[in-house]
Amino acid sequence: MSEFEPRVVAFVCNWCTYAGADLTGTSRIKYAPNVRIIRFPCTGRIDFMLLLKAFANGADGIIVSGCHPNDCHYTSGNFHARRRWIMFRELLDFMGIDVRRVRFAWISAAEGAKWAQFVNAVVKDIRALGPYQHYRQVVGAGIQ
Amino acid sequence: MDALRNKARELLENKLAQVVIGYGEGSLGRVRPVFVKEPAAAVKLVYDGRCLQNLATYLLKPEVKKMGKIALVAKPAALKTVLQLAAENQIVNGEIIVLGVTADGKLIDFPDFKAIEAHVAASGPDLSPEELAVLDRLSHMSVEERWAYWQEQLSRCFKCYACRAACPLCYCTRCTVECNQPQWIPVPAHDLGNLEWHVMRAMHLAGRCVNCGDCGRACPLDIPLNLLTQMLVKGVGEHFGQRAGISATLDHALSTFKPNDKENFIG
Repeated sequence: MSEFEPRVVAFVCNWCTYAGADLTGTSRIKYAPNVRIIRFPCTGRIDFMLLLKAFANGADGIIVSGCHPNDCHYTSGNFHARRRWIMFRELLDFMGIDVRRVRFAWISAAEGAKWAQFVNAVVKDIRALGPYQHYRQVVGAGIQ
Repeated sequence: MDALRNKARELLENKLAQVVIGYGEGSLGRVRPVFVKEPAAAVKLVYDGRCLQNLATYLLKPEVKKMGKIALVAKPAALKTVLQLAAENQIVNGEIIVLGVTADGKLIDFPDFKAIEAHVAASGPDLSPEELAVLDRLSHMSVEERWAYWQEQLSRCFKCYACRAACPLCYCTRCTVECNQPQWIPVPAHDLGNLEWHVMRAMHLAGRCVNCGDCGRACPLDIPLNLLTQMLVKGVGEHFGQRAGISATLDHALSTFKPNDKENFIG
């Protein structure tokens, strides 16, 4: 492979960011094609184990995005998720996992342009960081 | 110690409790948990500086519950555990008798959870200055150094799950690590399996851990597992102003929220 293409997995909520990403498309805004979007009912449903599974399956970066505070379809899913992310991010950092590769955002259904900007920014950063070698070594060690 | 033995005998004689869970003499000068069911056996109970294990870990075991009403010899960390278990609706007020023992071996009577709450509120912070200093040293390392440190530590883990067995708050009857549809945690004790297991164990204790330290003591390979939970205890205090094990009624930090919780990393 001549040039490194980052693989970014995006965990998004059905009601805001997924619809926002849809708007990006219907608005014909072009953005980095490196992102694989996975739709969830709510950010509150995004188990931290799923983020680890993304890394274990070769992701170089992760996006987690959902409704802005007070906009959750289920009233409080994103508030609960926010607390979980605060602690999870700190734990990852404490264990030496590069938290620059795990990025969070609030993107509403009306923010198609913000989604494109955010994905572009993340892909640019991950491209600069390069492949996630540390995690790949860990995964490789399991197979051998 | 006599006060403890007398109290245990009295409880068993008057049928106020069917079993007293406490510490007794083990082999090689160590102590072990004992389950005293006969008044005459109350002399087996000891309490001194060697008694480190958090006996609250036995409270929810079905085979222990079957024995009848439990009286628990509780060191300071076990008192917090009892409150946390009550807050998680695992035990109700009056279901168990708590025989609190202070660090210098004095017996304290707790008529109800309110009394335990008052006692815990008057005790010191969750993390000692020494523990905070270790956390501080690790957090001042670079990410690369921390990665290397934990990879080295976790490489010794062979997934015996002693940390889980020792933890009084790991009481789920079906743990994620045993779930194989889907297989959340790889079964082998390789780098990936160990990393995922320890992240999961720590995260499931976030906001709940009372820092009794039993996971670290239980580890046969001396992996400093309680650093992970201590780090979470510290973070939960700093971010949400909450502590586990100080109330028998309040929800723990990650099962609740405040609309104005602060973070600086969400774009």
